[in-house]
Amino acid sequence: MEQKIFSVTDLNNRIKGLLDVDPILQNVCVKGELSNYKIYPSGHHYFTLKDADSSVRCVMFKGSAMKLRFRPENGMGVLAMGRISVFPRDGAYQLYCTDMRMDGMGDLYVAFEQLKAKLMAEGLFDKNHKKPIPRFPQRIALITSGAGAAVRDMIRVSGKRWPMAKIIVMPVRVQGVEAPAEIRGAIAYANRYNVADLIITGRGGGSIEDLWAFNDERVARAIYESEIPVISAVGHEPDVTIADFVADLRAATPSNGAELAVPDADEMRQYLDSLEIRSSQALMKKLEVYRRRLNELSSRPVLKSPTGYIELKRMETEMLKNRLLSVQEARLNSMRRAFVGYAAALDALSPLKVLSRGYAVPTDEQGKVLRKTEDAEIGQMIDLTLSDGALRCRVEEKVKGDK
Amino acid sequence: MNFEQSLKRLDEIVKSLEKGDVSLSDSMSLFEEGTALIKNCGKMLDEAEQKVVMLRKGADGAPVELPFDAE
Repeated sequence: MEQKIFSVTDLNNRIKGLLDVDPILQNVCVKGELSNYKIYPSGHHYFTLKDADSSVRCVMFKGSAMKLRFRPENGMGVLAMGRISVFPRDGAYQLYCTDMRMDGMGDLYVAFEQLKAKLMAEGLFDKNHKKPIPRFPQRIALITSGAGAAVRDMIRVSGKRWPMAKIIVMPVRVQGVEAPAEIRGAIAYANRYNVADLIITGRGGGSIEDLWAFNDERVARAIYESEIPVISAVGHEPDVTIADFVADLRAATPSNGAELAVPDADEMRQYLDSLEIRSSQALMKKLEVYRRRLNELSSRPVLKSPTGYIELKRMETEMLKNRLLSVQEARLNSMRRAFVGYAAALDALSPLKVLSRGYAVPTDEQGKVLRKTEDAEIGQMIDLTLSDGALRCRVEEKVKGDK
Repeated sequence: MNFEQSLKRLDEIVKSLEKGDVSLSDSMSLFEEGTALIKNCGKMLDEAEQKVVMLRKGADGAPVELPFDAE
C-alpha cells in the first residue's frame, strides 16, 4: 500500500480541519489559572491556561480583550470561553479565547495575597523603613543567577552607566525549592561581611511559578532585615512580587535595576559642565560688581583730581589753625586782664606810693634800711629817701619812743 | 577625595560662589579649587574601568573574590 505523503502544511491543515468541525471544541469553556500573560503592542493578549498537570496556549484578540471587565494577572483562576483551533505555522493547537471570567482565585494568587496582607500588617512594606539608595554606590552585590541574561544585563548596564562601581556577583539559584533559602542566605551573608553598599536581587522574566522564590516569606524577611539597601529587579514590568513591596526600591526589570542603582556618567559629565559654567558665571558676576564699584569710585572728585584731596586737607588745616589761634587769643586776653589787675594791686603796695604820702625811708650808707633807733649811731650820716629824692642827715640824738 | 566627596565639595563651592558673600580673592581661590575638582572628576569618569568579581564563601567562611566570567 502506497503511503500518502503530507507536506507539513497539509498535515496541519488536516488537523485544523478535524478540530474546526468539532461542535464541542468550537464552543468550550475552560477552567484554569493564567500564566505567562502578555499583552502585545498590537493589543492582542497571549497567555497560557494551566492546572496542576497540564497547560494550553491561548490567544485573545484585541476586539475581545477590550471587552474584559478585569485586568487579567498571572496566577488568577479564570473561566475562558472560545474555540479550539490550530495555528498552522507552529503546528500547535490553542484556545482562541473570546471571553474570560474570574473563577474565584488561583492557589498561588491566594497565597500571594495572604502573604502580602500578613507582611503589610507587620509593617514590612512601611515607607519609613525603606533605606535610601546610595547615590554613588562603590560596590554593588548582584544576588541572582550566575548564568543567564539577567546578570549579564545588569553588569552591562551598570558598566555602561557607571564603570566606577565594582560589581560583586553572588550567584544563587533563583527558581526551585532551594532558591528562597539561597537568596535569603546571600542577603544575610552580604550583610554579615559588609561586602557591598547596595544589593540588587532578582531574575529575568518567567512564569509566575518561575518567579515564585521572590514571593517567599524568607526572602521578604531577609530583604527587610538587610542593613544594605536592596533593589528588587524581578521579571518584566507587569510582574509584581512580594520582594518588590519589601525592597527599598522596586525595579521593573534586571536592566532597570542596574539603571536605578547607579548614576549615568554622561549625565554626570553634563552636570560637571553645568557646574563649571555656573561657577565661572558667578565669578564673572562678582568681577562685574567690583568693576562697577571701581567705576563708581573712580568717578568721585577725590580720585578724579588727586589735588582736590590735598586742597581739602589744607582747608581743614587752616580752619584748625584759626581755631587754635582764637583760643590762644582768648587766653592771652584773659591773662592780660589779670595782669592789669595785678599791676594795680602792686602799684598800691609800692613804697613810692607810701613816700608820696609823706613817709620817708632811712637807710645807712650801705643802703640798709634802719628800722630801730639802735640801727644808727649818734653822729652817723644817714639818708632819708623821700618821694622825689633823698636828704643826707646826721644823727644828733636818739629819742626812745613808747614802743 | 573620591568622586562623591569631590562632588559634594563642588556643590558647596558653586553655591557659595553664587551666593556671592565671599571676598573677591576668596572667590578666585574657590573658583580655582572648583575648576581643579571638575577636571579631576572628569578624569575619574574617563579612566574608570568596571570591575566584576564573583564572591564565594572561603574555607573560613569569609568571602573570597574570584574572577567572574559573564558568559
